Amino acid sequence: MSSKVSALDMPDVPMGQLPEHLHLQRTRVVCKADAPVHTEGIQYSGAYASIGVDNSVGVDSFCKSFKVKVVRLTKEEIEFDMIGIDASLANAFRRILIAEVPTMAIEKVLMVNNTSVVADEVLAHRLGLIPLNADPRLFEYLSENDAPNERNTIVYKLDVSCKKGSPRVTVKSDQLKWLPHGSELQMDSHDISSKAKSYTSFSCIQDSLPEFSKKPLGVKFDDIIIAKLGPGQAIELEAHAVKGIGKMHAKWSPVATAWYRMLPEIALLKEVTGADAEKLVKKCPVNVFDIEDIGNAGGKKAVVANPRTCTLCRECIRGVNEELVELRRVKDHFIFTIESTGALSPEELFIEAVKILEDKCDRVISELS
Amino acid sequence: MVSFCLQISVPSEHREKEFAMEHGSATDSSSSTFSLMDEDHTLANSVRYTLNQDPRVIFCGYSIPHPSENKVNIRVQTTGDPAKDVLKDGFQNLMVMCQHVRSTFGKAVDDFRANESPERMKIDTP
Ligand code: SF4
Repeated sequence: MSSKVSALDMPDVPMGQLPEHLHLQRTRVVCKADAPVHTEGIQYSGAYASIGVDNSVGVDSFCKSFKVKVVRLTKEEIEFDMIGIDASLANAFRRILIAEVPTMAIEKVLMVNNTSVVADEVLAHRLGLIPLNADPRLFEYLSENDAPNERNTIVYKLDVSCKKGSPRVTVKSDQLKWLPHGSELQMDSHDISSKAKSYTSFSCIQDSLPEFSKKPLGVKFDDIIIAKLGPGQAIELEAHAVKGIGKMHAKWSPVATAWYRMLPEIALLKEVTGADAEKLVKKCPVNVFDIEDIGNAGGKKAVVANPRTCTLCRECIRGVNEELVELRRVKDHFIFTIESTGALSPEELFIEAVKILEDKCDRVISELS
Repeated sequence: MVSFCLQISVPSEHREKEFAMEHGSATDSSSSTFSLMDEDHTLANSVRYTLNQDPRVIFCGYSIPHPSENKVNIRVQTTGDPAKDVLKDGFQNLMVMCQHVRSTFGKAVDDFRANESPERMKIDTP
């Protein structure tokens, strides 16, 4: 690639196929020492029309070539490869995972008493961030005109105190107690004759519903520190959790993070042998390269053994006058990682995210027709 | 009895129904701009991709006129077919692709579970 060749001297390219350098530009990002090049995705179907190459990927050919391979799957985390998809779609899934897949989170905190050093609003914010063990698909959104009921609200109670003269108390998330009956607090009413109303209007007890009787709606992790109480301090409050999305507030984001990277591809432009090979292997901090013996004469040659682990630190191309290595990324191969905060398993989260994109399409289609 | 009531996030604006509005010329239906409310890069960039893959599309792009407005404009110019129909097909294709991604992903997870060694399963299950 480094030496310039006249176009007239280039070999003929068969019809309907891209010449090698254009193919490289289309499918790979090349990471140079100062900046990456060819980062854009070439989406337009007629991009290569002038040389008789069709750049469109029809839905059928997409379906044929698209592949998913799961690399790692635990309760909290999934890593998988998505092959043969455009960055716009991969990014849409990532954005939806972070901002649009709903979860339940504490939204309203009714403070009865708080004499701890943690200010009310700070405490409320801390409570909001605690992941709840509730499947958001079983709940409805609480809109402005709705009364909080068993289908859109979960009520928790926190009542802790530290006696005078006793050592300090650490309040952890397991002390948040689920109230399946709804709020226990009475609304202030100016009308003395009317019956006192509570802050929620549950029509039945939440744990009598079949979906919640087996799986109590507790917190996901019971060792999250909420506050520390000194002698004589107390917190009494009620927390109401509702359904929401990460766009509104990050506490509703179902993922700790969701991210992807393109598959690294490392090309050795020349054969690297002997001492140079040793040097190259030593340079890489994550052991992308390896030494291979050539022949019986004890000759050594560098090979690319683990391109996937490359972190793009660019150490191997730093300060060399002669280009030996080219760092590339495959544009349509994504290594996708999702870390769930616990409400849903990571694989369910991805499926939910794709469904949300489908729903968006569906909505627009019905508007358009 | 309750001394303090805190709402942590901003009150939720109720989600307005999304609508597509057309700005185009009255005589030429082959080029139009569509406004989608309550949408952003997530949908617009994906549909730009599927539209660009459609050979009937000469030009397609999107813009978000102002960052504090939840609105995106999608411009479609076609070789002759009504832009509205082409846009609809773009969304249709995107939906089919999503369905395929979902089923492929589901299969891949099942395969992974099936191939997992029994010991690993024991660690993973509570
Ligand atoms: S960029 Fe860094 S991690 Fe990647 S191959 Fe070069 S030295 Fe190794």
